[in-house]
Amino acid sequence: MSVKMKLENVSKIFGPKPKTAIPLVEQGKSKEDILAETGNTVGVYNASIDINEGELFVIMGLSGSGKSTLIRCLNLLNKPTTGSIVVDGEDVVQYKGEALKEYRQKKIAMVFQHFGLFSHRTVLGNVEYGLEIRGVSAEERQEIARQNLESVGLKGWEDKYPDELSGGMQQRVGLARALANDPDILLMDEPFSALDPLIRREMQLELLDLQERLQKTIVFITHDINEAFKIGDRVAVMKDGKVVQTGTPEEILEEPANDYISEFIKDIDRSKIIQAENIMIRPNALVSLKDGLKVAIQEMESNGLSSVYVTDRKRQLQGIVTIDDAIQGVKEKNSLEDVMIKDVATVKKEDYLEEIIPKAVESTYPIAVVGESNRLEGIILRVHVLSSLVAEDIDE
Amino acid sequence: MSGFPDISIPLGNIADFVVNFLDKNLEPVFDFIFWMTSTTITTFDDILNFLPWWLLLVFIFALGYFFQNATSGLLYAFLIFLVGSFGLWEELMITVAIVLTAVIISLIIGIPIGIWMAMNRASSVVIRPILDAMQTMPSFVYLIPVIFFFPLGNVPAVFATIIYAVPPVIRLTELGIRNVDQEVVESAESFGSSRMQILTKVQLPQAVPTIMAGVNQTTMMALAMVVIASMVGAGGLGEQVLVAINRIDIALGFEAGISIVFLAIIIDRITSGIGNRFQRDKGDQ
Repeated sequence: MSVKMKLENVSKIFGPKPKTAIPLVEQGKSKEDILAETGNTVGVYNASIDINEGELFVIMGLSGSGKSTLIRCLNLLNKPTTGSIVVDGEDVVQYKGEALKEYRQKKIAMVFQHFGLFSHRTVLGNVEYGLEIRGVSAEERQEIARQNLESVGLKGWEDKYPDELSGGMQQRVGLARALANDPDILLMDEPFSALDPLIRREMQLELLDLQERLQKTIVFITHDINEAFKIGDRVAVMKDGKVVQTGTPEEILEEPANDYISEFIKDIDRSKIIQAENIMIRPNALVSLKDGLKVAIQEMESNGLSSVYVTDRKRQLQGIVTIDDAIQGVKEKNSLEDVMIKDVATVKKEDYLEEIIPKAVESTYPIAVVGESNRLEGIILRVHVLSSLVAEDIDE
Repeated sequence: MSGFPDISIPLGNIADFVVNFLDKNLEPVFDFIFWMTSTTITTFDDILNFLPWWLLLVFIFALGYFFQNATSGLLYAFLIFLVGSFGLWEELMITVAIVLTAVIISLIIGIPIGIWMAMNRASSVVIRPILDAMQTMPSFVYLIPVIFFFPLGNVPAVFATIIYAVPPVIRLTELGIRNVDQEVVESAESFGSSRMQILTKVQLPQAVPTIMAGVNQTTMMALAMVVIASMVGAGGLGEQVLVAINRIDIALGFEAGISIVFLAIIIDRITSGIGNRFQRDKGDQ
């Protein structure tokens, strides 16, 4: 995966003489001290992040953490005080005038927290805005705008005005407007936080669908850790203008960089983040259909198991056999295929814990994790389902 | 003995000198302005007098009907009819021509200044106190220099009116543009709009309702200057009021005065109707 956007030591300082604050920041002085000494406010300090092509990268932090300042550095609504942002091999921080306009018109588009729609234009007029200022002909840009409105589910609303739409629909207009420009990079500044929870969940799922289809590089800002971990391929956590940790949700969950992040992820609903592949184990024993019952009994005895999964030669899952059934089967001269239980609970590698829990409750055996063409990838012990729900520091 | 010490700062003399200096050195400029302004006024007056009286009443009704409702339209036409019946029709036309000219020039000057102030904080800081002065300085004071530059008549009246009437449209244009939601401006910027595109495609359209409130205020203030402006020779209803004061003619004074009030009501309702229309346009369609 190639890096689409490379941020190196990006700092943004607001105030009368931003540059004077840089040495103080380098000395490691706190935001408050710098404000008192120089009258400058540190928005973002020394952020270095690599954002990969086609990933959904989430920047998470509480209010005042500098996340909105940072995302505005990416399209230069805030010009970084120092540092570089390299997109496709060019440092965009140096862009001025025409180059900057072209960068904004073609490469990067933004969706805003409160939608930022033009209330004096119709929905269609809003969506075609980006193309209009690029000088695309009215006919062509309206065609593109209509397509984009359709793809966010707003066909038939073209001639309405934004204030006639619900919040969720307004944000779809914002999304369609950003997508109409066909940017490589999509910036989303807390796009769903002004929406009510039900709509928010729906929009999150739609965003994931959209991302699947379009494969844009998305930078998504949120203050909600559940949202961050739910949709993010990778997440950067910010505090006081600094990036504290960057990693996949699982990496952050497993190894929080400091107490601040541990505190944060306590609140998280782990069942929505942890996937089957994170907690599955390799089975100690497996029997093949052709092995027969005796081998199965032997395998179970030598491993101290009360049941064992049965696969065929291609390791496709066939069923599970318990020790009692196996012994009974040998007495009655039945084959392995006759005595094994074929109707077993299975999950996929990418299933979330919340989907696994009900199956774990119903089943008395370990749960099989299967991949493509029913291939057995691993098993999940029921006790692991439980222990994965609590944070690491508790079970230690 | 506690009198003020014998210090004299000749501010008045400086003002006098500046006015004389301008009068001597910029005469061609003032001549041009005079010619432009008087032509505009005469053209308006000619057009208004060329139209048959009943057509004007129909036009007033149409404006009222379009921007308010039929009842208002009828009422406005009736009020104008009353003014005609007082025998003040021609005076009314002159007053309308002067007010229209003053308002149009005010908007041509005021809206760009308002835009500039919204864009540039320094200009805003400098211009604001000037606007305060223009609104609070007694009008008679600037009537004196104005008649230095222009011969007595309608033109100095128009300029005195502009000085008094232009501040609201400047202030409200600035306010309207500044109050456009920051995120909306940012979103326009994020698409790579130029400053001009942001101004014409986003900020001005968003500020239209506020700017229209400024236009309404400016028009009302222009009307308020009608009587004072007649002191430097403006004709029309204001002149009639002045004549009535000199002759202690209560009947004429009342008729001319109430005519100004009627005109004010009609202009106010119609311009605010236009403002509301702009606001409604983006909503209920």
